[in-house]
Amino acid sequence: MADTMELRDIEVWDGNMAAAQALRQVQVDVVAAYPITPSTPIVEGYATYKANGYVDGEFVMVESEHAAMSGCIGASAAGGRVATATSSPGFALMVETLYSASGMRLPIILNVVNRAIGAPLNVNGDHSDMYMGRDSGWIQLDAYNPQHAYDLNFIAFKVAEDHDVRLPAMVHQDGFMTSHTAQGVHTLTDEAAYGFVGEFQPMNDMLDLDHPVTHGVQTEEDWHFEHKARQQHALMTAVIPKIEAAFAEFEKLSGRKYNLVETHQMEDAEMVVICMGTSVETAMEVVDELRAQGIKAGVVGIRVFRPWPLEQLAEVLKNVKAIGTLDRSSPHGTVGMLYNEIAGTLFNCDTKAVLNNYIYGLGGRDLTKAHVVGIFNDLKANVDAGKLTTPLQQYIGLRGPKLSFF
Amino acid sequence: MLEIRWHSRAGQGAVTGAKGLADVVSTTGKHVQAFAFYGSAKRGAAMTAYNRVDDKVIMNHEKFMAPDYVLVIDPALVYVADFTAFEKPDTVYIITTHLTTEELIASQPKLEGKKVHTVDCIKISQETIGKAIPNTPMLGALMKVSGMYEMDFFKENMIRVLKKLPQKIIDANMIAIQRAYDEVK
Repeated sequence: MADTMELRDIEVWDGNMAAAQALRQVQVDVVAAYPITPSTPIVEGYATYKANGYVDGEFVMVESEHAAMSGCIGASAAGGRVATATSSPGFALMVETLYSASGMRLPIILNVVNRAIGAPLNVNGDHSDMYMGRDSGWIQLDAYNPQHAYDLNFIAFKVAEDHDVRLPAMVHQDGFMTSHTAQGVHTLTDEAAYGFVGEFQPMNDMLDLDHPVTHGVQTEEDWHFEHKARQQHALMTAVIPKIEAAFAEFEKLSGRKYNLVETHQMEDAEMVVICMGTSVETAMEVVDELRAQGIKAGVVGIRVFRPWPLEQLAEVLKNVKAIGTLDRSSPHGTVGMLYNEIAGTLFNCDTKAVLNNYIYGLGGRDLTKAHVVGIFNDLKANVDAGKLTTPLQQYIGLRGPKLSFF
Repeated sequence: MLEIRWHSRAGQGAVTGAKGLADVVSTTGKHVQAFAFYGSAKRGAAMTAYNRVDDKVIMNHEKFMAPDYVLVIDPALVYVADFTAFEKPDTVYIITTHLTTEELIASQPKLEGKKVHTVDCIKISQETIGKAIPNTPMLGALMKVSGMYEMDFFKENMIRVLKKLPQKIIDANMIAIQRAYDEVK
């Protein structure tokens, strides 16, 4: 029986420590890992807690991230509560196995500490790896600070392991900006945290020898399509209600309220920025300062990235006049992902806001409050003109001549 | 909002110092943030770490900072690092050096007319902890210069922050903190 750990009500933790503590508190059975910056301290933390008797589980050191996720798949299919963590090139090496995990409907939790993908080599935070995972069939939740990285792990386990869902989930946090930034984190007791997620309930587990099953079979054209359709059906219909229920239950437990789409000053906002990660909070602070000057600015943060909360976004954006979409990933050859997703979301509803796109913060480049103010200046000009007054896609925070497209 | 920037070399403990300070401040009910620029994280490379302290939740995640305090824990960095970047008129500098404050200012004219305090955290840590780990003594000097907390309260909390270390290392750190508090000019 694992020892309990006494935590203070507020601990000063960085995002990695917060995630590692969550993995301990839900008593993960197996972590198979190949540590990589900046996510390393998450699996290192789990291994330390295990070595010191705070968790009953197995820590499997493997030879690559492909092997790490493969180990997680095996352990999950066997019938355990399973998690790991990775970043950037490690995430890239996992991609094949990510599709295996979701296709086999295995509720593995992957903490992705978002980091740029080289070349050039760069260990700092951007959203390139998160974007790479968006078609992989995983649930993707996004933290904006260490508190969220802690809380969203509990949500992820609860939703992913639900027998109506049985899909893997990623909890994303910004490399360094969240993972290595210490802030106050309100903790749950070990008992409350474990109680919220509950005991792992196996389903079609391979170690149930009385009911033999096989996982990961070959289907070809006769059944592959039906299998993928069922997977998409679960992701599109079962997940959102389960996340909403988990958010509601978590609010009762902790007092902290999460939403599929986070909003700030959106009741009467005319101009809004939409972004993810730490940038959401920086933008919220800027919006409060702009509101004091009488500017009707607002912020929308994507909390649940997959499944995409299309209906909820269409609702919160219904009265806005100008939208700036902020992508922390180079789209290489087109507009940013958030531009495309938001354009698709708005196209079939009545909102006809002026929409533009900003690429920012690649490789950990700072997003300053001054940058956000500049974006709102653009949006105000778009509101006043009723049409786009800037190029469709602009790069901000970039040295050298201004770069824009379309 | 109180903002602090540390200038250090990787391995001297600026990140631990910044996180330790955040931990102590957090116990008083204030909101804190501690982070660093790691770069390629080579031991000995110049680096910066940061603290924010506020009465309300800190939403700002920009790395840009116009600091109220600049803490330099490696004596050579005042000659090679841009340690006055984004300074304010009343930014307070606490600098590790074996020089007197007057000698330091004479050797680095950028400090003329500034609020400058000096303390030899390298020597103090070598003589107490036995290694050049100048982070905890710098916090002692900061307590004296800023008047942020009473020494007893601060040391009591630092003992908790350092609790995973062997007792004699904790004891040495407490002496180092007190010496820097007493010796900062």
